[in-house]
Amino acid sequence: MSVSGSRAVIHYLNQFFAGLGGEEQAGQRPRWLDGPRGPGQLLERIAPDIEVIATIAGGDNYMAENLAEAADAVVALIEQHLGSDRAGRPALLLAGPAFNAGRYGMACAAVCRAVEERLGMIAVTAMYPENPAVENFRRDVTILRAGENVLGMEDALRGMARIGKKRLAREPVDPSVDGTITRGVRQNYFAPASGALRAIDMLMCKLAGEAFVTEYALPVFDRVPPAPAVADMRHATIALVTSGGIVPRGNPDRIESASASKCGAYSIKGLDRLTPESHQSVHGGYDPTYANADPNRVLPLDALRALEKAGRIGHLHDTYYATVGNATSVRRAVRFGEEIAAELVNVGVQAVVFTST
Amino acid sequence: VQKTLTFERYRVRGVKLGGRTELADGVLTLDGHGLERELMANEPRIERVVVQTAVPGESTRIVCTKDVIEPRAKPGGAEPGQGVSRVLDGAAVVTCGPIVGFQEGVIDMSGRGADYTPFSKLNLIVIEATPAPGVAPHEHEEAVRRLGLEAAKTIAERAARGAPDSADAIRWEDNPVDARLPRIAYVDMLLSQGLLHDTYVAGRNARDALPATFDPRAIVDGAFVSGNCVSACDKTTTYHHQKNPIITELLGGHGSRWQLVGVVATNIPTRLGEKQRSAEKAIELTKSLRPDGVIVSKEGFGNPDADLMMIVRGLEAAGIKTVAITDEFAGPDGGSQSLADTTPEADALISVGNANERIELGPMAKVIGPLPDVARLAGGYAASLHEDGRLSLELQAIVGSTNQLGFGYLSCREV
Repeated sequence: MSVSGSRAVIHYLNQFFAGLGGEEQAGQRPRWLDGPRGPGQLLERIAPDIEVIATIAGGDNYMAENLAEAADAVVALIEQHLGSDRAGRPALLLAGPAFNAGRYGMACAAVCRAVEERLGMIAVTAMYPENPAVENFRRDVTILRAGENVLGMEDALRGMARIGKKRLAREPVDPSVDGTITRGVRQNYFAPASGALRAIDMLMCKLAGEAFVTEYALPVFDRVPPAPAVADMRHATIALVTSGGIVPRGNPDRIESASASKCGAYSIKGLDRLTPESHQSVHGGYDPTYANADPNRVLPLDALRALEKAGRIGHLHDTYYATVGNATSVRRAVRFGEEIAAELVNVGVQAVVFTST
Repeated sequence: VQKTLTFERYRVRGVKLGGRTELADGVLTLDGHGLERELMANEPRIERVVVQTAVPGESTRIVCTKDVIEPRAKPGGAEPGQGVSRVLDGAAVVTCGPIVGFQEGVIDMSGRGADYTPFSKLNLIVIEATPAPGVAPHEHEEAVRRLGLEAAKTIAERAARGAPDSADAIRWEDNPVDARLPRIAYVDMLLSQGLLHDTYVAGRNARDALPATFDPRAIVDGAFVSGNCVSACDKTTTYHHQKNPIITELLGGHGSRWQLVGVVATNIPTRLGEKQRSAEKAIELTKSLRPDGVIVSKEGFGNPDADLMMIVRGLEAAGIKTVAITDEFAGPDGGSQSLADTTPEADALISVGNANERIELGPMAKVIGPLPDVARLAGGYAASLHEDGRLSLELQAIVGSTNQLGFGYLSCREV
């Protein structure tokens, strides 16, 4: 076995795929296991130029909750087993595939980034494009587009091996050919035709109604025209909605502090104001000290109740909606918005006070 | 009266300094000292002129390049777009010298940098001009502009003689076309923002003269002259105007693949109100040509992005399909938004590259022009100059690297 040979790779897996156990083992720190495990064995069978010399297995919870520390531990494991000399280590690490598993995805991506930055290795992972790790790591990590679940295992392993080899050979990775998730970074290249010819070809396609791909997709901002003013606020039902992360204490729906995957609906019936005991901020994008000391600062229940008592508004809706805007994708935010709006319209709410942070 | 334009091309395969200016067996010989004296004689604003040559593949770097011009002569003296033009094909005059406006560029004749500029493939006559003390920058610009044009004309008049290697009649209005072919127009945006940032059209400043429709043949026959001291990557040099690839290609397919219905040249002013008025007029002129589709090219970056978006929006609103050519300023890491403005109608863009990409150029045996000024170029920075002769630059500082007429092959994609 040649540790530093061009076939040698290190494979990162979670505790489940490494065969160490299920959720009860999710707290495990990363461990070094010689040779391939689970998907690594399949990888060796379908990619003949790959030899998995070691598997590093980490528990989903431990990894996701201690990303920085866990990545340190993986780097330390590699140095401890293979030495600090780059020549004595494989040049390639493959992680996952993590499919749509959020914690596993975060771990795979964090491990990839750490070994690239700190050990000079090339690392490739694979996951479903909507895995929350994609948004956090796409800029720094080569991520192959994978299926949502284990049905996509073989394709993902094959693709990771191919892209890893390509990057080892210093060949550029092109998302449109290689199936990687775009890093969101612009990279120059020499096209086979001049810009003028490409422009004319694109125009002829556009005129003929044929498909063409713009070479730069401009960011499109969704400008929503403001709704007309509410004519009679004194009889209107008003609702509170926030992306500022104010949730009942304990965060019953476990809304994430960044890249939120859900929003919550919570009763404020009978409550005059929020208190540090009743509510908290779970938003990871600002210092929550002042929001936790007085959650009304972000979700102004106290002010709305005052307006309600004074007869300035008809009625405050009994349920408020909350999510975390921090790093949450526009696509998801649009979905939350549509769902919340549908419910509010359904129960006759006429206007919303929406607070962001 | 039908106009005809004929390009008589004289192929230049090499250039050298020698006793008498002539073209023999494809080699252009230049009386460098004679040319220096002639150019100096009529230009008191220039204190010193040095004529040198640079050829493809040689270890030469030209710094602080101001303009590039294809040497051409019009022996019959007709207006641009008509008559016979004699062309020294494969040669170009390059003006350089102490920096005029911070934004002159680099041409490398070999190595990595040569891939990014079209001028590394040409036989170059380099006119290095030093201004007299006390000459104001705008006078300096005008003097060097005139010097370059004069040199290009003089050289072509003396060297392009006898039978040409080839002759092309450039046909347009007199070319019978199938009315069923798609009608294509071209909108040529010219930077025109004040002293050191102007383009001249048929002898007038583009600020005053545009928007206007043009015979495409006039543009490729010298009607447009660059007076721009803007970033080297995407300034449209006089050479680019003379060889405008969009016009050349559209004329090439005129009558067989499409009908080229006309060209609108428009300016790119500085103030929003002027931008809106210019864009509106350019859109109206373009609509009057009744095109099905339009190609829009840009010069410069930043505020010109707003003019481009206005024009695309207006044309698309009129039901005219548009494709626009632009470069990108996405930051050295490629992670920033590339343009200063956006509109949903601009759904068909050609990218000619991210001008912020950094590149390291190896040392060259010979450097023409004032090397220390490189650190002051747009696209250069304090650490650009290395002691061993290496240069670290953004592509922005390389002449023609992201030309927005689509002259080059560079593009950019998301990875």
